[in-house]
Amino acid sequence: MGWFVTCVVLLGLLLSIGVLLRRWQSPLYSSAVTASGDEGQALLVARINALLPQTQCGQCGHSGCHPYAESIAAGEAINHCPPGGRDTIHALAGLLNRQPLPLDPDYGREQPRRVAFIREAECIGCTKCIQACPVDAILGAPKRMHTVIVAECTGCDLCVDPCPVDCIDMLPATTTKSDWHWPLPGTPVSVTWPSHSSSRSPANSRQAAG
Amino acid sequence: MISRLQHTLRRLRRQPGYRRSISSLRGGIHPPENKAQSLQQPIAIPPLPPKLVLPLLQHIGPPLRACVQPGQQVQKGQVIATGDHGIVSRMALHAPTSGTIAAIGETPVPHPSGLPDLSITLIPDGEDTWHPDCLQELQNPFEHEPEDLLERIAAAGIVGLGGAGFPTAIKLAASARGAIDTLLINAAECEPYIAADEALMSERAAEIIEGIRILRHIVQPRHCVIATEDSKPAAVAAILAATAGTDIEPVIIPGRYPSGGEKQLINIVTGKEVPRGGRPADIGILCSNVGTAYAVHRAITLGMPLLSRITTVTGAALQQPRNIEALIGTPADYLLQFCGLRADEIHRLIVGGPMMGFTAHQLDIPIIKTSNCLIATTRTELPPLPPEQDCIRCGLCVQACPVGLLPQQLLVASKTADHDLALKQGLPDCIECGACSYVCPSHIPLVQYYRAEKGAMRERGEKRKRATHWERRYEEHRQREAARAAEQRARRDRLINAPVPKSAAQVGFWTPPAETSANTQPATGSTQVIDPQRAKADIEAAVRRVKERKLARQQTNPDSSDLAPGDGEPRS
Repeated sequence: MGWFVTCVVLLGLLLSIGVLLRRWQSPLYSSAVTASGDEGQALLVARINALLPQTQCGQCGHSGCHPYAESIAAGEAINHCPPGGRDTIHALAGLLNRQPLPLDPDYGREQPRRVAFIREAECIGCTKCIQACPVDAILGAPKRMHTVIVAECTGCDLCVDPCPVDCIDMLPATTTKSDWHWPLPGTPVSVTWPSHSSSRSPANSRQAAG
Repeated sequence: MISRLQHTLRRLRRQPGYRRSISSLRGGIHPPENKAQSLQQPIAIPPLPPKLVLPLLQHIGPPLRACVQPGQQVQKGQVIATGDHGIVSRMALHAPTSGTIAAIGETPVPHPSGLPDLSITLIPDGEDTWHPDCLQELQNPFEHEPEDLLERIAAAGIVGLGGAGFPTAIKLAASARGAIDTLLINAAECEPYIAADEALMSERAAEIIEGIRILRHIVQPRHCVIATEDSKPAAVAAILAATAGTDIEPVIIPGRYPSGGEKQLINIVTGKEVPRGGRPADIGILCSNVGTAYAVHRAITLGMPLLSRITTVTGAALQQPRNIEALIGTPADYLLQFCGLRADEIHRLIVGGPMMGFTAHQLDIPIIKTSNCLIATTRTELPPLPPEQDCIRCGLCVQACPVGLLPQQLLVASKTADHDLALKQGLPDCIECGACSYVCPSHIPLVQYYRAEKGAMRERGEKRKRATHWERRYEEHRQREAARAAEQRARRDRLINAPVPKSAAQVGFWTPPAETSANTQPATGSTQVIDPQRAKADIEAAVRRVKERKLARQQTNPDSSDLAPGDGEPRS
């Protein structure tokens, strides 16, 4: 009798462990299956896109950040984004389990955030920069002075070339007390990338982007 | 058995002489105190300075908005700037004395960046006349509703005077009544050199206790504790004497840096840990600085807004270091002169303590509500750090860390800008006390690395936030452009495939003949189905009419300008 009870209890225990394991494993298993399809690819592109700086500058040769994310998912190198720079490359490398390469100098070099500034006295109100701005950061009307909403400007440079009177400057974004932070002590420890001769300026790559 | 034990404990706790058991600080260091220099003399009140500079941002939150004009005469205690939203919505900044507003503009302010900020400059007239709204004494504040008292505290411009500068009224209001178990008054003041609270407690203990009673009336905690270090005998004696006979419990903790850190003191006194990313109120504790309690007493009982604070002005470059009751806005160089600055000996001016403070970029920065100390050091007193050497893995920093972090790991994360590692190692929990840098035999400025890394992490967060915003803007831009292009295409297609014959009528120059009007019914709108044959005939008829009219006009008046209406071009 005692032997029978022991058997039943053990059987019950084994069954419950099996059920638990199944329940525990199944979501992982099913997500792994579905993530391999188109849905998985879209998810990957979205996660890559979330790491890109969204300046929409086209320095990578694509028309925006999302197309570059798609291209990365399809195998393009992760070091073609100068505005994102080192941080973005490292984040992408971590996400995709790839080698964190230095930024490809052919696509431009990493620099502090800049914002467009319109010399308003020289602006003729042609609205060409307004049409070029990917994030509607320029305010103005035909034959009226235009100006840049600094908080919205991504520093993409795309408004500079269309300007017929060259009245747009790219100025370094000013540091205020609220966004200032302590610098590293002594000499900066952050790795500086080797400076190769740039055969392809950012402007050229933008033209290539069309 | 157990219930009897609990009963005994409860009885013991009710006795006035009960001393709660305290935990000891994890880690910590014993740097030279250097507080005695400034405590040789009582708190001094210097004469009115020639000018006062009042920054609009002296607290945590958005800056206040000036509500005076340059050239305007103001009186002592008059509101010169107010908050309009968020946590500063009821806060105010007051003129510390009567005088004229000289300017509102950017001036040097005490900030580690050395960047200027908006301030109101006041030239005192020497009269020191009070504004009629001030000095309205409350005889018995305990009969008033807590909401009324909170309103007064906010209007008095009181912020946490321990250094953080969080608006006190907001902090008190956020702690709903009954939710707070312990009101903890922080009088530890553990950082070297700083003796402002110690001087205040030694001289004005009774007023402090009054302030604590008001805070207690607002928050209604179950326990009320004032904690101070045993390294300040005069202050301890004064507090013990003032709390005798009240149910405010004095707790004397062993002197060690940084036991005065908010989370550290809470742990020492109550044994509880503030959860990561949480506030003390989450575990039923409200922590307030002793100077804040004093300011609350002055604001509620005497009706005096926060116009001055006790600041320690010390350092070897001064002939007479002392604690000063300085008007908010007093320039630091004026106070240094008052204490006998030896101008040829000053090496640098430190704002705050030597452990957590920063070097000022100018001497003419003003005293603000959170300035607890100015140290005018000589080169020998606080010499520059020797060159940094490599980490020898001695582990002294691990023993010194009061939070229980691993400073070596944090250093690796900071040097390689590995934000994820820094996060994993708990960098956000670092209180930047500097104990690790103090004990490091390799002179590695660990805290500076952590500060830089914290800044880089914050910047990364802001970059991500900006990126999300830009992505949304770009998406909206793209969709709008696509919609516009589609609309243009659709309009072009419509024009090519199905021209609307009533365009001439829409222009309004010409009324069609009766039979055309009856045929096309232009008033019924554009949704009618148009027979292409008839439309073609209509257009031909219209073109013919226009030609005839043109011809007729040319015959009558060949010079007149061509006013032919509607040549088929649509208007919207």
